[in-house]
Amino acid sequence: MAVALILVLVAVGSVTFHLLSPWWWTPIASNWSYIDATITVTFWITGVVFVAVVLFMAYCVFRFRSRPGQRATYEPENKRLEIWLTVATALGVAAMLAPGLFVWHRFVTVPTDATDIEIVGQQWLWSYRLPGEDGKLGAVETRLISPENPLGLVPGDAAGRDDVIIQGDDLHLPIGRPVRVLLRSIDVLHDFYVPEFRAKMDMIPGAVTYFWFTPTRTGTFDVLCAELCGSGHAVMRSRVVVQSTEDYQAWLDGQRRFAQASR
Amino acid sequence: MGELAHGAGGQIPAAEVPEMELPHPHGWWSTYVFSQDAKVIGIQYALTALAIGMVALVLSWLMRLQLGFPDTFTFIDPQAYYQFITMHGMIMVVYLLTALFLGGFGNYLIPLMLGARDMVFPFVNMLSFWVYLLAVLVLVASFFVPGGPTGAGWTLYPPQAILSGTPGRDWGIVLMLLSLCLFIAGFTMGGLNYVVTVLQARTRGMTLMRMPLTVWGIFTATVMALLAFPALFVGAVMLLLDRLLGTSFFMPTLVEMGQQLRYGGGSPILFQHLFWFFGHPEVYIVALPAFGIVSDLISTHARRNIFGYRMMVWAIVIIGALSFVVWAHHMYVSGMHPWFGFFFATTTLIIAIPTAIKVYNWLLTLWRGNIHLNVPMLFALGFIVTFVNGGLTGLFLGNVVVDVPLSDTMFVVAHFHMVMGVAPVMVIFGGIYHWYPKMTGRMLDDTMGKIHFWVTFLGAYAIFFPMHYLGLLGVPRRYHTIGETSFVPASAADLNAFISVVALVVGAAQMLFLFNLLWSLRHGRESGPNPWRATTLEWQTPETPPGHGNWGKELPVVHRWAYDYAVPGAPEDFVPQNEALPPPAHVAKGEATA
Repeated sequence: MAVALILVLVAVGSVTFHLLSPWWWTPIASNWSYIDATITVTFWITGVVFVAVVLFMAYCVFRFRSRPGQRATYEPENKRLEIWLTVATALGVAAMLAPGLFVWHRFVTVPTDATDIEIVGQQWLWSYRLPGEDGKLGAVETRLISPENPLGLVPGDAAGRDDVIIQGDDLHLPIGRPVRVLLRSIDVLHDFYVPEFRAKMDMIPGAVTYFWFTPTRTGTFDVLCAELCGSGHAVMRSRVVVQSTEDYQAWLDGQRRFAQASR
Repeated sequence: MGELAHGAGGQIPAAEVPEMELPHPHGWWSTYVFSQDAKVIGIQYALTALAIGMVALVLSWLMRLQLGFPDTFTFIDPQAYYQFITMHGMIMVVYLLTALFLGGFGNYLIPLMLGARDMVFPFVNMLSFWVYLLAVLVLVASFFVPGGPTGAGWTLYPPQAILSGTPGRDWGIVLMLLSLCLFIAGFTMGGLNYVVTVLQARTRGMTLMRMPLTVWGIFTATVMALLAFPALFVGAVMLLLDRLLGTSFFMPTLVEMGQQLRYGGGSPILFQHLFWFFGHPEVYIVALPAFGIVSDLISTHARRNIFGYRMMVWAIVIIGALSFVVWAHHMYVSGMHPWFGFFFATTTLIIAIPTAIKVYNWLLTLWRGNIHLNVPMLFALGFIVTFVNGGLTGLFLGNVVVDVPLSDTMFVVAHFHMVMGVAPVMVIFGGIYHWYPKMTGRMLDDTMGKIHFWVTFLGAYAIFFPMHYLGLLGVPRRYHTIGETSFVPASAADLNAFISVVALVVGAAQMLFLFNLLWSLRHGRESGPNPWRATTLEWQTPETPPGHGNWGKELPVVHRWAYDYAVPGAPEDFVPQNEALPPPAHVAKGEATA
């Protein structure tokens, strides 16, 4: 009796906690509201299943608890029931997987008009590189990294001459314009993580990874590292400032170019 | 029903199992220390695993002190914190869970449940334990070397694991990798033994489809481990070479703290593939024995046949096979080619189907049962709640795009603790309460057992259920301290403090369990040979605890499957597997096909 009651309380308590919890996702600031929607669908399906399982268990514990003279029913299997349950489960799984894969397809399909920007991780500092007027990022090579050339730009590459390099300062982005974020690391794994953007991706030394998003809300957002990168992992912070196009342009005009910086 | 694979009325295979020659002990040392008896080896494995598990428990306390009360315990600096999480994770997953299920329960139960005298290679079996013990000692040694143990996280991802920004880079990581190699060597000796014993040493009548699900779970997990551990082994050796000899298997050109290193051309992500090709099957290496054991606990204490035995067996086998093609769901945001996401999300969610079938069948075994709420049954119920909860949050993380915001947050930590921490540990406790009488001849104390269960179950749930919401909020995992952010409200600190307090209490409850183990050894009620009135062979031994060779003069002969509870027409509500009479219900009614 008590056991069944406690099981019911576990189910009811979990749902209550879910509904009343002050801890919920931060308001979104990118185009990935699809992801939030998929999470909501998943919460509904899994929540119903969890409550059903626990309540059914509580019912069994109450109804079929041992009493004098009671005997269990001998029934090795029941094909119809088992097939029914399998089909229902498969449908539930498909109901979560289908929207998931649909949204993933969007996630991996970068719009053609996206602007490339580069984010570079190192222990324990974020650097950013924006293309200049040519819209292209210049070539880089890890071997060329030095105090004067912290991101390892190839000096001879014309595309790199007007690149804007930001180290130890905030990243600025214009609102409403899709960006493809190219990610690079020069030492260990890092992960560029802004909770409000939902999207994130690891940065790997020796490779360039990417993801894309469109900022949809102006404001200043915290950047954290989401992949363990040594003892300074938790203090590897920066900020992203999403601005109106005009404000962004004004900020961009004030930045120095690679060719100026290295002269 | 006549076509049932467990059809008890069928013939008994005529093949005789040849008598094996047992290396009998001479004196105390070869009876209790260098024993070649699988039962003693099983207990040695279990005690060693519990001992190292206590270290992991203390480490988790230290972590929770830091997270719950940041800046209060100054000796827990970031380096120490990362060392604690790394050692806690590795100990729990490999040295406790794997060792206890396969080395502990596997050794003790496989020969007994199959009606064998022992494992087929007793000497190699003994060696397996001693190599495991050596692996544990090497691991513990890393606490005492200069620089301390590695703080690379239990996943040991390079390049970070072998560079100087990570604690334990000099000695710790080397000892960790060596210890893993030793563990795998030791496990292989034991694992081959379990597989050959299951295939070759079953007694007369014990067909594969009459084996208890415990054996099916341990057997399948062992086969998987033999296939998965080599990937970790080569990964560990290659990382060791990168660290010690300067090779570049996993090391690309990189600049560390302004210094160009001599590495070049390697791939960090290759290590992740090797690690998770082991790491994901590892989840099921822990889960499948738990599935098997919990099936037997539920059936025995609900006095009802396990529902859908054949489905249960096939589900175990299918889960085992599928678990080898889902590994990269740990790597959705690793930077691997994003198109892999479609494949791995699909395989991952498909695995939910056989897993759900298992849950349904446990519930349907309870349904119309005769449920005795003994301590092992309580733990089985606790397992179902925590496993279902953790399994369902797996559907979030397996569904590639949902994983993107949640990966590397506390949501992941909460998920895997629920599903492969709390749930299997519930089964371990349930199993110990269930089989302790067979090992010692005495029952564990019931009152202490119930207190232990309720504090552990409700406490663990209160720790890990709310933790998901910290992750949803965006709190990253593996953070020594979250510090100042714009998105984490001050109330999250209160939740963290609450979780920490509960964690301390749950940890303390484990002391009561250890006390119970010791106390009941002398003061426990005498159990007799079959206190739970169970059907499986280990309860039918002529002596309790069973002597060396298990069965006295003659091996038992098996006449039926392992789940003849409440058979209509039978005088008792259980019919042991080695009992010839009475015939099962459908034979008595003249429905037999054979």
